[in-house]
Amino acid sequence: MMDESRRSFLKETGWAALGLGCGFPLLTTACGDSSAQEESVGQAGASRQWAMVVDIEKCMEEEIRDACITACHRAHNVPDISDPEDEVKWIWSEEYQNVFPDQVHTNTASKIRQAPVLILCNHCDSPPCVRVCPTQATWKRDEDGIVMMDMHRCIGCRYCIAACPYGSRSFNWRDPQDFIERDTNGEYYSDYPTRTKGVVEKCNFCAERLREGLQPACVEAVNQVDGGAGALVFGDLGEPDSEVNQILGERLTIARRVGLGTGPNVYYIV
Amino acid sequence: MSDKPKIVAGLTLFLALVAFPVWYTLGGESEVAAPELEYPSDADVCVEDTEYMTANHMDLLNQWRNAVVREGRREYVAASGERYVMSLTGTCLDCHTSRDEFCTRCHDYANVEPKCWDCHVDPGETE
Amino acid sequence: MLQNAFTGGKRYWFLLGFWGLLILGGVVAYGQQLSEGLHITGMNRDVTWGLYISQFTFLVGVAASAVMVVLPYYLHNYKAFGKMVILGEFLAVSAVLMCMLFVFVDMGQPTRVMNVILHPTPNSVMFWDFMVLFGYLLLNLVIGAVTFDAERKGAPPPQWVKPLIYLSIPWAVSIHTVTAFLYSGLEARPFWMTAIMGPRFLASAFASGPSLLILLALVLRRFTKFDPGKEPIQKLATIVVYAMTINVFFVGVELFTSLYSDMPHHLHHFEYLFTGLHGYHALTPWMWTGEALTVLALVFLYIPKIRRQEKYLAALCVAVVAAIWIEKGLAMVVTGFIPSPLGRITEYSPTVPEIGITVGIYALGFFVLTLLYRIVVSVRERIQVV
Repeated sequence: MMDESRRSFLKETGWAALGLGCGFPLLTTACGDSSAQEESVGQAGASRQWAMVVDIEKCMEEEIRDACITACHRAHNVPDISDPEDEVKWIWSEEYQNVFPDQVHTNTASKIRQAPVLILCNHCDSPPCVRVCPTQATWKRDEDGIVMMDMHRCIGCRYCIAACPYGSRSFNWRDPQDFIERDTNGEYYSDYPTRTKGVVEKCNFCAERLREGLQPACVEAVNQVDGGAGALVFGDLGEPDSEVNQILGERLTIARRVGLGTGPNVYYIV
Repeated sequence: MSDKPKIVAGLTLFLALVAFPVWYTLGGESEVAAPELEYPSDADVCVEDTEYMTANHMDLLNQWRNAVVREGRREYVAASGERYVMSLTGTCLDCHTSRDEFCTRCHDYANVEPKCWDCHVDPGETE
Repeated sequence: MLQNAFTGGKRYWFLLGFWGLLILGGVVAYGQQLSEGLHITGMNRDVTWGLYISQFTFLVGVAASAVMVVLPYYLHNYKAFGKMVILGEFLAVSAVLMCMLFVFVDMGQPTRVMNVILHPTPNSVMFWDFMVLFGYLLLNLVIGAVTFDAERKGAPPPQWVKPLIYLSIPWAVSIHTVTAFLYSGLEARPFWMTAIMGPRFLASAFASGPSLLILLALVLRRFTKFDPGKEPIQKLATIVVYAMTINVFFVGVELFTSLYSDMPHHLHHFEYLFTGLHGYHALTPWMWTGEALTVLALVFLYIPKIRRQEKYLAALCVAVVAAIWIEKGLAMVVTGFIPSPLGRITEYSPTVPEIGITVGIYALGFFVLTLLYRIVVSVRERIQVV
């Protein structure tokens, strides 16, 4: 049996080690790391809210939808996993009755019920995914309203997926690098960083293209298809004369599940 | 104590095992050469000087990552006053075109596996 | 005091060895999950939380239930619980440990777990869940160790532990309420977004936890010299009866809201559970078994003559734990995802590696529990307080 003084020394050393172990990270956090919600420097105080308007009727054309989905998934090296249980998708089409369940009644014609509608992350005003993320790996940017993902910080807890009422988010159940589409030279279509297994991903409104002054990949792609011009319109709600504001002012538009209070920024012309 | 021989034997064995890396390589015969890096031919200077980069490239990359992803800033002002776009694929790999001839050599030697390539694209490599 | 864990009979070592084998199996399976990713589980794009998170939910309840012995003993001087309190506290330690492990193995990037501490996010309920669970673990470890050490020395516990004990009472309630809040604040999941989630969690916890405690006390009495006496076991049984009754009442009120309003939003989930939805019915046999166990257990527990016979009580406690495990550890989490936000039904069933990891974690929890209970029993045998 150990004698009491050696025992208490060991106990005290143990407590000290625990205290140091817990104390250092707290100290370094308090003194170091800047908050994710900081305004970004040098954006000239711009307060935008990017938004997208989808023309449902124009997007009924399969060629237009395919062009947009392919462009997005190639531009971001989104893996093409055929098993729907593991698939990763940023933009895709679903049936109208599943996209707008509150807009269909028992006598809605089946051709309307089954009409294909493009859906993607809505970059909500009050995003529930951001509210629940325990590490701020996803957050809403102050400068342009994009709900971003930080792939370095995501711990893969999938709470954001549970919280998203739109099914916009995908988890990497396996290493995506084996499933990314390659071009004829066997290279990735884009230099955009792939993701790794264990993180969540979703549409990012092409933040990396917006920063270069380009339109999102999907918008650019549909504009190059016959009859696709205007199928997707992208712009800044904060700019009164933007095309999105014009459309919203003149046409009848709906958004997904507005009753939930999330404030989606993807609108649909019916 | 009747256990003394056992304890001494055990301690000796333990010390021998723990000191293995030291006495095994004492002969000098299995010295591994320092890694030889292939430097890019078309540029003289990196973002910062070599000594700084060797010691701090990981911190620099972390800084860049936070700036680009979380703060929306893209431009880095180096100690020399030169401005660079903060991008691993776009800036670093623009000059250091082959990660096998550069990054991997030191990292293999130091036995530290960088996680960058789990995600970041190396334009020169086709796997 | 800890050295008592190193002494024991053949059965003790055999038990530890058995747990050890299961833990090893879990470790191997987890290694596979780490290298291949979570696709080796049964989870999918629609059902993104499965067995791991549902076990975490069930075990948080077990951990919180320690308050059912702590509160009467410390706050109301109910002396009869004297020998049971330490068992409850150590059960809480083991349960919280398992909870934290289940969350850990569920993470896609477990090496980044410290991000939750390095980047505290007060608006996230999950952040608070990490904090309160860790705090509860520390609380129960300290309280258990200090009070039991004092008992071993034959002295009253030091004064400074008293406020910690009082703190552990609302803290126990908080861990399960915070866990309920993980679910009940999500507008995306109508099955979970109900104010009664918190009260239901607590009621089912206070039925399943004390049932487990009764079973553990009976096991200890059977295999060691430990004997708490009849009174604390009967008192715990009374608590189980009340808690289970309240739990059934809560399930009833939930069913009423969904069935009477006839709203598809709410109804669909219960339909899926009890009758199947659009041909999908993987959980219906489980649900009906659970309800049968619940009714049977309650009916017989109401009868004092049966409740007082410990062999029947043991069987009924098993039924209660099983029923609540089906409710929380199986049905609740998965059903939140069925149907998905886009109206799809993708069913979930755990895979072999997933079950292997789950069993491994349970074995680890029981391993720790065996060690802790061994210490309690052997110290008490020596000071002759068994």
